[in-house]
Amino acid sequence: MAATTVPDKTTRRHAGRAAGPRTQGGRGGLSRKLSQNLQAYGFLIGAILCFGFFSWYPMVREFIMSFQQTRRGVTSWVGFKNIKTVYHDPYFWTAWKNTGMFTLYALVIGFVVPFFVAILLNELRHARAYLRILVYLPVMLPPVAGALLFKYFYNPEYGLFNRILKIFHLPTSQWLDSSHTALISVVVAATWMSMGSATLIYLAALQNIPGELYEAADLDGAGLWSKIWHVTVPQTRLVLSLMLLLQIVATMQEFTNVFLMAGGNGPENSTMTVVYMVYQYGYRYNNFGGAAALGLFLLLVLAGFSGLYARLNRNAD
Amino acid sequence: MAEFTPANRTLISSATLARPRGKVIYWTVLSVVLVVFTLVFVGPLYWMATSGFKSVHEVLHNPPTLVPKDPQPSNYKTAWTQLKLAKLLWNTFYYAFGALAFQLVFDVAAAYALSKLRPVLGNIVLGGMLATLMIPSAVLIIPQYMTVLDLPLLHVNLINHPWAIWLPTVANGFNIFLLKRFFDSIPNDLMAAAAIDGAGPMRTLLSIVLPMSRPILGVVSIFAVVNVWKDFLWPMLVEPDPSKQPINIGINSLSQGVPQNVLIAALAISALPTLLIFLLFQRNIMSGLTAGSLKG
Repeated sequence: MAATTVPDKTTRRHAGRAAGPRTQGGRGGLSRKLSQNLQAYGFLIGAILCFGFFSWYPMVREFIMSFQQTRRGVTSWVGFKNIKTVYHDPYFWTAWKNTGMFTLYALVIGFVVPFFVAILLNELRHARAYLRILVYLPVMLPPVAGALLFKYFYNPEYGLFNRILKIFHLPTSQWLDSSHTALISVVVAATWMSMGSATLIYLAALQNIPGELYEAADLDGAGLWSKIWHVTVPQTRLVLSLMLLLQIVATMQEFTNVFLMAGGNGPENSTMTVVYMVYQYGYRYNNFGGAAALGLFLLLVLAGFSGLYARLNRNAD
Repeated sequence: MAEFTPANRTLISSATLARPRGKVIYWTVLSVVLVVFTLVFVGPLYWMATSGFKSVHEVLHNPPTLVPKDPQPSNYKTAWTQLKLAKLLWNTFYYAFGALAFQLVFDVAAAYALSKLRPVLGNIVLGGMLATLMIPSAVLIIPQYMTVLDLPLLHVNLINHPWAIWLPTVANGFNIFLLKRFFDSIPNDLMAAAAIDGAGPMRTLLSIVLPMSRPILGVVSIFAVVNVWKDFLWPMLVEPDPSKQPINIGINSLSQGVPQNVLIAALAISALPTLLIFLLFQRNIMSGLTAGSLKG
């Protein structure tokens, strides 16, 4: 049976190809499709190369490097050695604790304050444009200007803050120079520099709340707090949760401000963040395998937040 | 100013504010907000600009002075020459606008191909590009640095070269996402009509798609420039040569060796370009940054 059907099929196919002009058109279509695809990839090639070199390949390399060691130009596989090294580093948990505290402070200050500032600005009937520009001004500063300016303000001897406190005979602080206050000082400055964008995003969300909801709440005799809690917060819940995740992911990668203001690790390592530790492994200890391994820990922790963010964002569409 | 009607009313109704008690509270709150916000957000900038005019003694000693006693504009001149600010600002400008050009060409072309030309395996390419959004950028710094040291296949070292800043900015999944979503909203009938008229994909992109895409191109451009202007760790690693550094890294590495008043003058100068651009285009910049920043 099989022996007879197979040649039968081939002959029919040959016959069809020889006879029909329709299939010849199909062939032309094939080459047109090919040229269309080539053209499309011509448009894509620049981005594909950049993604390949600077994103996809480094992603793979991050994993490979975590299990490799380079000594005097010779690279060898070392298994879990790098991961063990960073895990047993005496400052591993310090760095994580600081990063966690930084994120927590940044949320308490940098997440709550902009929300209430936005609510306040949304209620004002005057000077709205002026106030919005004010809040946004620091966002436009280069980080070096904001950070070094605050470093000067925080200086315990001649900084502006202590000099003002002295005028009013208030107790002064060591700010960035004390392990108790260094981290929170950095967070306050960082919040000043960045809260403008969050405030404007909340403001946009507040303006989309239908006024009828507040009208109805008024009729029910709701007070100010109850209106905020039962109308404003639920109506902006999606934006709030997106911003929360965005901020967690961003602040857990803090480097610039601690580096500029506290020299990185700060007094008694009180501002050493995980990303600063990555930097230290790579560029102080020249241990790129260890730096990569530490990055793997960070990836593990942050991947959950990023995934949640992507999911919420998809639902938002 | 927008009219306040029941449909667009906020927490507190206009009727409440119209009552005598409401009026008093409203004007008190407004004045407090105006004073406090001006102090908090302009105060430090004012202090930066005026401290640049003070003598070292006045900058460091009690009590602080609101107005410089004996203004010394020469501090600004010293800062400009001693910290080589012209060079640093030019470098930053060069990196930012180079990055913008590369992103506009490569990312727009790629998003256009993925949205309208739809090649075979296009969805896999798109997925790969969007997947990069899930990876925190700090995690990739180390392997990216190793890549830039010795580019695979080509074996080129990009350290101290502007390419090391420009090319990685193209690998931005967020741009691809924003641009593709916008291009998706352009009706395919329009593309078909262009094709019937004999326009190739390049012609269609240049004369139909791009003119319609001005708003999204504005958002992508603002982000491209601001991101490079504010970046710190990456340029510090890949541009170690002091003559090639952007403003953030250059000022910081020279900050130890200059007097405090000169340093503050330098900070004030470094802040000027972006603040001026912001004040000129504030409406576009604020709406662009808020529209773009939540999606990702």
